[in-house]
Amino acid sequence: MIVADKKPIEEIIEAVRPYGRLLILGCNECVTVCEAGGKKEVGVLASALRMYFLNQGQEKRIDEVTLERQCDHEYLEEIRDRIDNYDAVLSLACGVGVQFTAEKYLSKPVLPGVNTCFLGVTEKRGLWTERCQACGQCILAYTAGICPVSRCAKRLLNGPCGGSTKGKCEISKDVDCAWQLIVDRLKALGRLEDYEKLFSIKDWSTDRAGGPRKVVREDVQI
Amino acid sequence: MTTKTPSKLEKILASGQLAVTSEVGPPRGSNPKHLEEKANIIRNHVDAVNITDNQTSVTRLCSLAACIRLKLMGLEPVLQMVTRDRNRIALQSDILGAASFDIHNILCLSGDHQSFGDCATGQNVHDLDSMQLIQTVRRMRDEGKFLGGADIDRPPRMFVGAAANPFADPFEIRVMRLAKKVAAGVEFIQTQCIYNLDKFELWVKMARDRGLTEQVHIMAGVTPLKSAGMARYMKNRVPGMDVPDEVVKRIAGVPKEKQPEEGIAICVETIERLKTVPGVHGFHIMAIEWEEKVPEIVERAGLYPRPQV
Repeated sequence: MIVADKKPIEEIIEAVRPYGRLLILGCNECVTVCEAGGKKEVGVLASALRMYFLNQGQEKRIDEVTLERQCDHEYLEEIRDRIDNYDAVLSLACGVGVQFTAEKYLSKPVLPGVNTCFLGVTEKRGLWTERCQACGQCILAYTAGICPVSRCAKRLLNGPCGGSTKGKCEISKDVDCAWQLIVDRLKALGRLEDYEKLFSIKDWSTDRAGGPRKVVREDVQI
Repeated sequence: MTTKTPSKLEKILASGQLAVTSEVGPPRGSNPKHLEEKANIIRNHVDAVNITDNQTSVTRLCSLAACIRLKLMGLEPVLQMVTRDRNRIALQSDILGAASFDIHNILCLSGDHQSFGDCATGQNVHDLDSMQLIQTVRRMRDEGKFLGGADIDRPPRMFVGAAANPFADPFEIRVMRLAKKVAAGVEFIQTQCIYNLDKFELWVKMARDRGLTEQVHIMAGVTPLKSAGMARYMKNRVPGMDVPDEVVKRIAGVPKEKQPEEGIAICVETIERLKTVPGVHGFHIMAIEWEEKVPEIVERAGLYPRPQV
């Protein structure tokens, strides 16, 4: 899933200050799972903002809506008949949702309420970690299911570098060396000799280096 | 003896003689005076001089410009090149720039992570890794081709090196990793500083058993310790460094003013011992900001005068 983190309240306050009528728009998908932008967070943020502006003596209307998703036309259409009641939308979806809402309602300022971080997993409640950089050319079959592009600080395809110490990355003792994980897993699978396969120079054109990407599936288009 | 480049370092290694290199870190400014002074101190005692490439991710005068300065002084430079800061266009471009000044040695590295340096919040590149940079230089040199496939007018003639750290983890793949670099086309290796001689000798033996020392020249890396404090710092703070307790104890066991001398003695003894290890073809002396001691180390280790080739 896409993992996001809450923006500091001070930053949100400054962003929404100019607008008298505000819609806080949550998303029921990834940001709900990572507890950054679902219905619960919309409610908590709305209350906090109401209290703040009340204390400041500022009159503000703050409404709450949480859509199933903000990355699909059909769900975004659900607010079409009420969007004109607001001066701005504060979207708690990931950057995708923020942008798609803005594209849909071109005349409305759409502000981000979270920082979108990475594609990751819930290791445990309150701990989400990165697993994928969506490079568009998956090599997990050759790296024992552990991605060096997203998990090595240097994205080395032929690691580990000389900084790997006791299984940890040179940047921090709290970060696993991705190549140590790969080697350990290869060993467990009885395939350590695969480590000697040289990864040739990567085609990054399927990564963001190729510009904005698209997936076209004519077979499912209607 | 066959050589593929005009590199003096390659000639010495190919002749079977122990080669000696050292390194100079470029200044954090544009004044070349200090760089030239450091190079002049060691010029008669080493075969080639590495110029580090923004080492520890701290911004410095560029390695290429510093190599050109050495070349103009009549020294043989080893251009260190990290893949951290440049994409494949910039890397190939800098290789051509170096080749245009007849710089004949390159050391291909991934580089320290930028979080250690003065631009910790910067973006790293790592379009290629060190093994892919080795392949790139070999392709440019041997096939006369850019990565994109076009021909190079006057291809670079560079002796291709890389680093190896026998002490990084996991140990079991350190020799496999060397084998990968050999497969990528590396011709000489300069190792991480060696303080744990037993572990290093085990690594060389394993490399030897696989026939790798016949395919690549291994230059053992040494760094004289200046003090017990430096020994402890390297042991505890420098990633991938292995400084055994007995080394720390030995240097800490002499009075502070005698510690630099003890550090030099340890360094000389290390070279003496490793000189006899089959597969060790030379020494890379990294005397970090202590270049004035390099001539003494080289002489005391019986590596002076340097051969003329």
